[in-house]
Amino acid sequence: MSIREIAGKTVDVNEEGFLTDSSQWTKEIAVELAKEEGIDPLTEGHWKVIDFARLTAGNGGASPTLRAITSGSGVSTKELFSLFPKGPAKKVAKIAGLGKPEGCV
Amino acid sequence: MKKIVILGVGTAGTMVANHLNKVMDRNQWDITVVDQDPVHYYQAGYIFVPFGLANEKRLVKPKIKYIPDSVKMIQSSIELIDAPNNKVHLANKSVLDYDYLIISTGADIHPEETPGLAEHEWGKSIHSFYTFQSSVDLRQAIKDFQGGRIVVNVVENPIKCPVAPMEFLMLADAYFTKKGLRDRVELIYATPLSGAFTKPIAAKRIGDMLDRKNIIVEPDFYIERADPDAKKIVSYDEREIGYDLLVSIPLNKGADVIGKSGLGDELNFSPVNEHTFLSDKFDNIFVLGDASNAPTSKAGSVAHYAVDLFSENFKHYTEGKALEETFDGHTNCFIESGYGKGVLLDFNYEQEPLPGRFPIPGIGPFSLLQESFINHWGKLSFEWMYWNILMRGLKLPLAPTMSMAGKWPE
Repeated sequence: MSIREIAGKTVDVNEEGFLTDSSQWTKEIAVELAKEEGIDPLTEGHWKVIDFARLTAGNGGASPTLRAITSGSGVSTKELFSLFPKGPAKKVAKIAGLGKPEGCV
Repeated sequence: MKKIVILGVGTAGTMVANHLNKVMDRNQWDITVVDQDPVHYYQAGYIFVPFGLANEKRLVKPKIKYIPDSVKMIQSSIELIDAPNNKVHLANKSVLDYDYLIISTGADIHPEETPGLAEHEWGKSIHSFYTFQSSVDLRQAIKDFQGGRIVVNVVENPIKCPVAPMEFLMLADAYFTKKGLRDRVELIYATPLSGAFTKPIAAKRIGDMLDRKNIIVEPDFYIERADPDAKKIVSYDEREIGYDLLVSIPLNKGADVIGKSGLGDELNFSPVNEHTFLSDKFDNIFVLGDASNAPTSKAGSVAHYAVDLFSENFKHYTEGKALEETFDGHTNCFIESGYGKGVLLDFNYEQEPLPGRFPIPGIGPFSLLQESFINHWGKLSFEWMYWNILMRGLKLPLAPTMSMAGKWPE
């Protein structure tokens, strides 16, 4: 756990730079985190996915699965991969300030 | 008489039926269970079948044998849950009324959801081990395998027992080494997660386990389709992995009837309060075991502690008291790592697996997050405990909530 400043706000992050408290997230933070993931700018398509992920995140801030995103937001899996290349589940979670998709170990 | 109906009597449902039979006043409460399948499967044993390490006859028993005599058992599939009217419609045309409904209809694999999997090569070069029959079929394929590439692919999470794919690969490593074929067998793990181990402390402690066994991990692999003729799997970002034998862990979904009845999410898992298992939608429906959307592993080891805490809480609830948010997601499970060794994990919703000793702090006999012979014996002896203790509604002398005693925080 550590603290870092993103878009003028001090937030708690884990070793891999995921926000550990999803309530600290702002849209400005999303823009900066996206840049770090090589996504710039965030288009309407990106926001549709990010907003959906924030809306459906579990109580513990768990990011929705790709299937939940595609069936709920109307964005196809192919589109999701072109919007967030190489591991969309992880990238969506990071940019949306949610927990990384994890196994139990 | 007031009525409790339990839908599905696999691991969770059988435990609930036995616990409620004990705690509820049976002069006031009628308990009925419904299941379409008369056979109870010990699913934790499937992992051993492909390697000839388990006699499959021991993994199946009649369900009725584990349901108390005073509980009525109906064998039928379920047509619809009419939750607003407290009714369950069965395929045999009968209708059950209930005061409280407990859904424990589990999860199952759906290879047909991924193009190419459940077609003409299913059961030939494409297998699974997540059902009784598929684990038996895979045994022959493993026995006949003379060399080449075996790819284990998880289609999407959540899946039942997230460590089983890794156990399969480690047991395969040991099996082919013993057979003198290991230098001719390539083992690949293609996972949609960012790695085999995603929790930082486990990654640090046992993250090199697959590496040491020369098992190659292909992370962030999200399968779009299998090409059964070209024998390759293709991801959404157009990566291709060829195979000689594909061991698929297909998409896991809850029962269709959950979706059809408007009680499920996009995968037919039913949303609940993760501490009490009360349905988000109806205050007289509880969902236990794999059928719920609780953010934890789909495994009997989770259902075990959850059900231990559930029955008393449920009883109080029926007496008009508030539900206590008691379940913390506590689970412990063994990971078979081959050569007669295993690793034990102990964790909950908040706390990732840590090293230490279990269940007696400092002593064990089990070691957490490290390999040992006794962990393997723990897994083997669990089969007896499953049938004779858990499925009889008896409790193991272990605390149902997680303890930090005996764990070594980093």
